[in-house]
Amino acid sequence: MAELFASTIWPVTVLVFQILLIVVPLLFAVAYLTYAERKVIAAMQLRQGPMVVGPYGLLQPLADGLKLFVKETVIPTGANKVVFLLAPMITFILALIGWAVIPFGDGLVLADINVGVLYLFAVSSLGVYGIIMAGWASNSRYAFLGALRSSAQMVSYEIAIGLIIISVLISAESLNLSEIVRAQGEQGWYVFWHFPMFVIFLVSILAETNRHPFDLPEDESSLVTGYNVEYSSMTFALFFLGEYANMILMSAIASVLFLGGWLPPLQVWPLTWIPGPLWFILKICLVLFVFIWARATLPRYRYDQLMRLGWKVLLPLSLAWVVLTAGVVVAFRHLPA
Amino acid sequence: MSVELFVFWMLALVAVASAVLVISAKNPVHSVLFLILCFFNAAGLFVLIGAEFLAMVLVVVYVGAVAVLFMFVVMMLDINFVRLREGFLNYLPIGGLVGLVLLAELVLVGASWALKEPAIAAAPATAELDNTRALGRVLYTEHFLVFQIAGFVLLVSIIGAIALTLRERVGVKRQDIARQVHRRPAETLVLERVEPGKGV
Amino acid sequence: MLALDKVARTVLLQELVKGFAMTLRYMFKPKVTLNYPYEKGPLSPRFRGEHALRRYPNGEERCIACKLCEAICPAQAITIESEPRADGSRRTTRYDIDMTKCIYCGFCEEACPVDAIVEGPNYEFAAETRAELIYTKEKLLANGERWEREIAANLERDAPYR
Repeated sequence: MAELFASTIWPVTVLVFQILLIVVPLLFAVAYLTYAERKVIAAMQLRQGPMVVGPYGLLQPLADGLKLFVKETVIPTGANKVVFLLAPMITFILALIGWAVIPFGDGLVLADINVGVLYLFAVSSLGVYGIIMAGWASNSRYAFLGALRSSAQMVSYEIAIGLIIISVLISAESLNLSEIVRAQGEQGWYVFWHFPMFVIFLVSILAETNRHPFDLPEDESSLVTGYNVEYSSMTFALFFLGEYANMILMSAIASVLFLGGWLPPLQVWPLTWIPGPLWFILKICLVLFVFIWARATLPRYRYDQLMRLGWKVLLPLSLAWVVLTAGVVVAFRHLPA
Repeated sequence: MSVELFVFWMLALVAVASAVLVISAKNPVHSVLFLILCFFNAAGLFVLIGAEFLAMVLVVVYVGAVAVLFMFVVMMLDINFVRLREGFLNYLPIGGLVGLVLLAELVLVGASWALKEPAIAAAPATAELDNTRALGRVLYTEHFLVFQIAGFVLLVSIIGAIALTLRERVGVKRQDIARQVHRRPAETLVLERVEPGKGV
Repeated sequence: MLALDKVARTVLLQELVKGFAMTLRYMFKPKVTLNYPYEKGPLSPRFRGEHALRRYPNGEERCIACKLCEAICPAQAITIESEPRADGSRRTTRYDIDMTKCIYCGFCEEACPVDAIVEGPNYEFAAETRAELIYTKEKLLANGERWEREIAANLERDAPYR
């Protein structure tokens, strides 16, 4: 019994605790990301934003959550019930499991697997299923159109993201996220070496998370919020949480790949004194601000413009950059034997 | 029973069960969903034998891209499910034959693998190398030509698909975004002060 | 040179940078909206809000049941029934305003010869049911008592222009 406890029960307990340690703050962050988004956009539009619930509206996310929680879950009669209910769960779970490989600090990672980047890429490429399933199961034209748009859009922009990731991998010579951050400690952050790719990556993750200006799947003016039009209450809340958790995950990926993860900008005293995870969180917040900033600035793309940008601009550019990076590595650095 | 064995049996059973459900599900969309589940469990099995790169690539390529397109097509098709299932028994013999052939081939491959033990020992040792690096090394040295040819086959198929669907139409007005963005007010805008009652 | 300029603009994403700089600049500008329930904008003395029936300073109702307001109401939101009171003066026994019909045109106020029905400065009278928005005479008189000070001040301020 003691052996079983030592070999199975205790590690599992520790693991569950570690998962909770990531998931609970993440959900909290998601709640306050919605608040931050409303406040920042309000500021950019010279408005006040939420002010009523709590001081400076700080309790607004809780009020919103409670509201969604106590509402009735409506399942349309023509809907495919199982798939309809499965879709928001998939979206939400996929937004959470990506965090397993994100390094919060040196060694502070739940699963330090060798193919971390690929794992994240796989998780983000699965995100499209939640949306397609929701759109199809709703048995609604608007939802279905939204799902079709999003599947085409996400598949298109994943290619650009993949190529950008390859550029980073060639530079870091590893697929392990911690190794990539350490390589940036030696070579300098990749945002400097791969600046054009950083910009393209930001654009692509906007499209990948269906955020403005690429939020065609939930285009209110033509699709009355698209794939989640039939969802209400907790099922809607899961989509909502999933979308924002995905934003945070993508920001974390951007920070790891380009902004040096947990590393301080310079290795000098007052900066190195701040712990790594804090730097990491700061960088995530910076990227998230860009997400919100883009929403406040840019109008929505038309569908053909979106496809044109993905296939005719971002894809060739990132492909050319992969070739360039590989060339530079071959020319100036010894090849791995 | 060790944890690893338990996980293996779970993944294997779910994989087989979902594979059966792929062909027996009434709704083709459900079939695709079960196919995805099957892929997932296959990826899990890959992870279990230490081939994490293959597992991730399976998920990225098959689940993330190929199955999405399957799903896309299946959702768009307006299939009469009942009529589709009418011929099920008619196709059973030939389907069973194909299945048997595949099974025989698998057994042969497995048997030859088991017999020729030294053949796999030639693969790079994965103790100090992670298997991504090992796989890359083999692909780009020993099997370089085959790998490149496979790439070319894919390229040809892409070009073929484009050539089949591309048609030049005359008189289409296209948006030239670069030109729009580069327009300056001075090039297009003229401010005129128009006297009342005179017109331009 | 012009071509180079164009290429530079494209490569440096000039349009995007300009747009983003604009929104960032606006983020630090003072806000133009009010923190509504705690801050409110100024109201004109002519503001037409919730209705009220007024009384004379001695407590007598002003309304003499002339029904001019009922007649002029374009939405036909007002219903009046009247009877002579014990002292012989004509008074309303019923004065209902259906606030869900009312279009807040202010004609009732204009038509009233004794300044009895007025539209006060209150605009926060949302209710949860329609029934609560059928105002009876009691409700209107209570409104009059509650808002008399503001209504009287507004009428006085607007008087020179009438």
